Amino acid sequence: MTTVATTGALAQRPDKHGRTVTDRVGGALFDTLDVTGRNLRTLLRTPQALIFATIQPMIFVLLFRYAFGGAIRVPGTSYVDYLMPGVFAQSVAFGAIGTAVGLAGDLRSGLLVRFRTLPMSRIAVLAGRTLADLVRNLLVVAVMIGVGFAVGFRSANGAGGLFAALALVIAFAYAASWAFVALGLRVSDPEAAQAAAVPVVFLLVFTSAAFVPSASMPGWLQAFGTHQPVNALVSAERALITGGPAAHDVLVCLSWTAGLLLVFAAIAVRGYVRMGR
Amino acid sequence: MSENAIEVHGLRKAFGQFTALDGLSFSVAAGSVLGLLGPNGSGKTTTVSILSTALRPDGGSATVLGLDVVTDAARVRQVIGLAGQFAAVDPNLTGRENLTLIGRLSRVGRKRAGPRADELLETFGLSAAAGRLARTYSGGMRRRLDVAAALLHKPPVLFLDEPTTGLDPESRFALWDAVRDLARSGTTVLLTTQYLEEADALAERVVIIAAGRVADTGTPAELKGRFGAAVFDLGFGAPGDAEAASLVLAARGYAAERTGTTLRVRSDSGSGAVTGVLRALERRAPDPVSVAVREPTLDDVFLTLTQGGQPA
Repeated sequence: MTTVATTGALAQRPDKHGRTVTDRVGGALFDTLDVTGRNLRTLLRTPQALIFATIQPMIFVLLFRYAFGGAIRVPGTSYVDYLMPGVFAQSVAFGAIGTAVGLAGDLRSGLLVRFRTLPMSRIAVLAGRTLADLVRNLLVVAVMIGVGFAVGFRSANGAGGLFAALALVIAFAYAASWAFVALGLRVSDPEAAQAAAVPVVFLLVFTSAAFVPSASMPGWLQAFGTHQPVNALVSAERALITGGPAAHDVLVCLSWTAGLLLVFAAIAVRGYVRMGR
Repeated sequence: MSENAIEVHGLRKAFGQFTALDGLSFSVAAGSVLGLLGPNGSGKTTTVSILSTALRPDGGSATVLGLDVVTDAARVRQVIGLAGQFAAVDPNLTGRENLTLIGRLSRVGRKRAGPRADELLETFGLSAAAGRLARTYSGGMRRRLDVAAALLHKPPVLFLDEPTTGLDPESRFALWDAVRDLARSGTTVLLTTQYLEEADALAERVVIIAAGRVADTGTPAELKGRFGAAVFDLGFGAPGDAEAASLVLAARGYAAERTGTTLRVRSDSGSGAVTGVLRALERRAPDPVSVAVREPTLDDVFLTLTQGGQPA
């Protein structure tokens, strides 16, 4: 009882700015939701970004399913079932480029300067950006599932396996958007953000086993391609969707996700707080 | 609380090799309007960025309402408003959405933010355009929205960074009126501008900065008075003629500055001195093609100070 009372009193003791812990947590939460709302509105009002985020993976589905797919042999499964986990990963990885571009745009327009001079929570600008991108990713992934089913994709492991795989995709996408927030803050120019982000994403997506089995790659490329986060995600998705032993792949994927999130959230927040020094 | 709402002591800031602020010091009395005047690159925006906690100084100190802008930044943000060329609104939100968002983030209160936004839209003549995206606004409307965005939480200290740069005269005068109203209600305003006319019209005191230092300070009247009682603008047919005339005048103790074919001559003894000037030129230099006698403007003070000349 006493302990609880003391802890409660501590939490409600005003800090040097006259705010209690409850005020600060509540404030950060509301600020984050307000910034998220703003980003989603902006997204809806620049539909070309949203259209690009969905059309472009659709083109990949059509290309790989019908143009290249016939020439690609994958062990133990049909190519469309092999392809779709790769497409889910690819669509959120490409989407993360938009995170960097959007934030760099706010930086260049001067909106971030305005935010940084307001008595709002410091973390809300970044948390609101990544939360809005999470919503966008949910949308994009939902569209891609529809596209996948339309071209013959089925989850051998049932709905449970599919949803577990998609949960990994969304978690990974959230971590990735923090990485691209850190990048966007650094370049302060949307074109530069695009130029910096695109090669990173291409390298990770196309050296992974997203579209073709790693076994067909030369040894040196395989060594890189099979030890990077996008590949970890794709492997874990496939294990969950096709059934069979998945624990190891899922663990590797979650480790990458947690690691990326911790490292890049720390870099991003530090970068934001230290801006102007 | 000190009588000065803003105090700046020996502020320094460098960007790589470029020294933006080189020991800047000035203060702004509570409830007054101060004009911070200087050419591009003189350090005006850097000063406002530091005072509004967006930028950290390399050295020196600054306080707003007694709060240090570095160590007490969070509390400084509660008492300031910032509008300027480098602090934007969101072009993809409507005017009302912009103000409601910024109101909420300024901790106006979730219920108060909407009504407060409407109030300011009304004040700044934006009610009719409240539902339009800010990217469709004209330059003048955008600036008014910018200033409104700085006022949601009724800050006692307001920073306006070149609020009228690039505006047409009508929009400029409308903004001037808004600033006057704020000053009348007791808001301390720090206004940066390149327009001497603007500082003259709005500011009780002017600080002229050049190369990150204070070049001069005073009321607009003092600065003009220090410059001399009258100015003669002598126009010549060619730059060479003007140059020849300036040498002749300099030899006779007149302070003359040439800009193209125009020679600007300052006089301590009022407009009557024009006959002396013309007599000094007679037969020794080409005749001027035009002569204008006028009162000194802040422009004269400004040009003299920033070009390293001495007031007469």
